Amino acid sequence: MAYLQTLVNGIVLGALYACLAVGFSLVWGVLNIVNMLHGSLIVFGSYLTFFAWHSYGISPLIALPVVALFLFVLGYAAQFAVINRVISAPVLTTMTLTFGLDLILYNFMTVYYTATPRRVTLDLGVIEVGGIVMPVDRLIGMALALLLTGLLYLVLRRSRIGRAIVAVRMDSATAALMGIRVNRIYAITFGIGALMAGATGAIFAVIYPVTTNLTGTYLGKAFVVCVIGGLGSVPGALVGGIVLGVIESFSGQFFGPQHALTVGFALMLVLLVVKPTGLTGIKGYE
Amino acid sequence: MTATQRNCLIFALWVMALAATPLWASNYIVRLAITIAMYTSLTLSWNFIGGFTGYPSFSTAAFFGLGCYAGALSQRAGMPMPLAWAIATLFVGAFAAALGAIILRLRGHYFAIGSIGIVEVVRLIVSSWGSLTGGGDGLNLPLLGGGPNAVARIFLGVMLAIMVVTFIVTVIVDRSRLGFGLRCIEQNEDAADMVGINTVRYKVTAYTLSALLCGTVGAAYASWTGYIDPNDSFSIIMTIKVPVMCMLGGPGSVLGPVVGTAAFMLLEEVFWANFLDYNRAILGAVIVVLIFFLPGGLLALSYRDLVARLAGTSRGKKVPKKVPT
Repeated sequence: MAYLQTLVNGIVLGALYACLAVGFSLVWGVLNIVNMLHGSLIVFGSYLTFFAWHSYGISPLIALPVVALFLFVLGYAAQFAVINRVISAPVLTTMTLTFGLDLILYNFMTVYYTATPRRVTLDLGVIEVGGIVMPVDRLIGMALALLLTGLLYLVLRRSRIGRAIVAVRMDSATAALMGIRVNRIYAITFGIGALMAGATGAIFAVIYPVTTNLTGTYLGKAFVVCVIGGLGSVPGALVGGIVLGVIESFSGQFFGPQHALTVGFALMLVLLVVKPTGLTGIKGYE
Repeated sequence: MTATQRNCLIFALWVMALAATPLWASNYIVRLAITIAMYTSLTLSWNFIGGFTGYPSFSTAAFFGLGCYAGALSQRAGMPMPLAWAIATLFVGAFAAALGAIILRLRGHYFAIGSIGIVEVVRLIVSSWGSLTGGGDGLNLPLLGGGPNAVARIFLGVMLAIMVVTFIVTVIVDRSRLGFGLRCIEQNEDAADMVGINTVRYKVTAYTLSALLCGTVGAAYASWTGYIDPNDSFSIIMTIKVPVMCMLGGPGSVLGPVVGTAAFMLLEEVFWANFLDYNRAILGAVIVVLIFFLPGGLLALSYRDLVARLAGTSRGKKVPKKVPT
């Protein structure tokens, strides 16, 4: 029974991780850029949600789409104005640049909001089904995370923009020949990455403490999920997220919670060497 | 005078300037000189893998931190200081060689992510292995006697010695077959492999070289400050600062890392004093400016290029764009 509880915890955690990583994965896959800003964008989303709730009493559920949209605009602008200029530069350049932007955003958040952990407390109680206990806010978070991830999948699959993104992901030169404005698609993709980060932040504000100290942790999770699941694909991120969630949950149970993070990272290093395409092995052309 | 002689001369003058600081300046400046020497060694080390070979390695903090801990633990086990530093150097070198053989099979983003992952894994292991490393409480080390002035002078000497050794290794590598091979790998790894360069061996050598003296610097740093903890030793900021310093000067050159570190530290010193709260943002801003306006580093700037740019024409030498890997 205890194992079942751990498993359920892991899956709930995994759904959150999938939502956390899917935008990062998409940006990496399509733009070939490791977006070091992702962790800070999530925390930024959390802060916006927190202050909307704290100062104006706006429910996080209503804040979520607004925050997500705001971050989309921010991401679109950042990509269009700054990152697009180095898009074909070597890894070192693009990674260092996004790291630099991350430092700026991180610094301003720390100065204006301070690193004191805060949290949206909704007190929704817990649900108990067959001996398995689960806080309601976490369950709602999971449902929202899955919903958003599913939505992104549908957008990529069904919409014109989504098909264009996938086309650029497959072959940007040919996509350009087919009349796709690649630079715009890049900006939109980066915007979607930021949007997902903002939405994740809004969900996390209810579940986790909101503090800038967590930016690195979130970014690390995104790395691990991407490497486990494979790049640029929504199902990959989902698989990677759930695998990581379950592994962390169980290793927390067996070795103690302080080692859960280490196990995740160690797994990533092993997988990087053994199977860099990720567990799903698909190259992410959905 | 050949280019190498000129580089060595400039470097020698710089070392002498740093070494002379205790004669005229306060302990604050001496401390700054020690920090500059320390970072110059780290940056020169990173240059082997990041500059010559072109691999985006972000694992400097892992090597530095391991050096701190290896040195501190040997010293606490009762070894004399220099022996502890030697052990730390060898330990970190062996660690990097073993690790390099594994992760250098990766390229591009995957290598970068892997190298950051290593910093995290090592940091987490060190902070959770409380019985050996003291965990989050850190480790205390016996301080050298003789008062702050004498200690500062000793460690200035030590750090400068490490910096000189790193520079000499850089000059040797730069002129050797190894350096040539590494530059080939930087330009096109497959082609380098094709013409008979043992790419795996070359890359592992470069990676080990990039770690070896970081270990010494770490151990010396631990002895200098007398206290280490995981967050300080494995700082993610250091892991990004070192490549940025190198890129600021000019990666892949002999003098670039030295110039870059000096320029960066100077910049930091000016801003640090005035905007304490914004030091990370300033580092970020330096990065953005560096990438957009100084793509080849300070040393790649030429007078004519600058004039052309200011005049709004693009007559200057174009920096060739690379195909992403």
